[in-house]
Amino acid sequence: MSIPLTHYLTLAAIIFTIGVFGIFLNRKNVIVMLMSIELILLAVNINFVAFSVFLGDLAGQVFAMFILTVAAAEAAIGLAIVVVFFRNRGSIDVEDINLMKG
Amino acid sequence: MTISLFLFYILAFVATAAAVMVVAARNPVHSVLFLILAFFNAAGLFVLIGAEFLAMVLVVVYVGAVAVLFMFVVMMLDISSVRMRGGALQYLPIGLLVGIILLVELVLVGGTWTLAGSEIASPSPPLDSGVTNTEALGRLLYTDYFYAFQAAGVILLVAIIGAITLTLRERGAIRRQDISMQVHRSRAEAVQLRKVKPRAGI
Repeated sequence: MSIPLTHYLTLAAIIFTIGVFGIFLNRKNVIVMLMSIELILLAVNINFVAFSVFLGDLAGQVFAMFILTVAAAEAAIGLAIVVVFFRNRGSIDVEDINLMKG
Repeated sequence: MTISLFLFYILAFVATAAAVMVVAARNPVHSVLFLILAFFNAAGLFVLIGAEFLAMVLVVVYVGAVAVLFMFVVMMLDISSVRMRGGALQYLPIGLLVGIILLVELVLVGGTWTLAGSEIASPSPPLDSGVTNTEALGRLLYTDYFYAFQAAGVILLVAIIGAITLTLRERGAIRRQDISMQVHRSRAEAVQLRKVKPRAGI
């Protein structure tokens, strides 16, 4: 257990940035955007757990569990919306999601 | 002591590489598989830091449920990956710009912010050593965070109902069994007695 806290924080920052970058890069596929959001939440979880262990406070791990719950719910709802959208439009391109643009 | 650091570097490197491949893979199926790899490595990191329960939950929930759900949807939707990546490079500059700005911000914040002395420099022991991580987490979750726990359950219930409601569709052409109609059929409308004459038919 000799790993310093900054290692975990750096790793979380890198994964978070990759997730944000993925949202901007993958404008053709909503599913990959959802996966990027999962990556961002994973980075947040790493931060929470690292601080929880290094501060000796279990509240961080409890909140990581809640983040996990919300991430699962978000993935389920998001994928359901994607499925319905694909049924209606035959595409999951972000550029095609413009029905309410007028 | 150094072997844990070595293990950390391996896990962190594979997790980062898998995260990059999630974003960069052309085929969405490969993206899902790399996402699973990233989650496994994150679970390994959690085990390494001493959060075993969360590591197992990560594997069960993310790999067992969320990633499989992603896989189902990716394979259910008929997406040609060739058409998918038509103008992918169109958003590369703005994406790189935002990503680099974000990373620089995070590095600046992490660089200027000093950790609070020696008590955070090494992992502090849990408050009552002698209980496992799972037991300590359960004790905390079912007492102090009980209402939040219930709220999480409600969130999951709403997610279930929402997902089913969104994707349920009525198909007109399908013939389903209607039990009440079957039960309410009387003998008069179900059975017909005919007197059949020989060599005449009905």
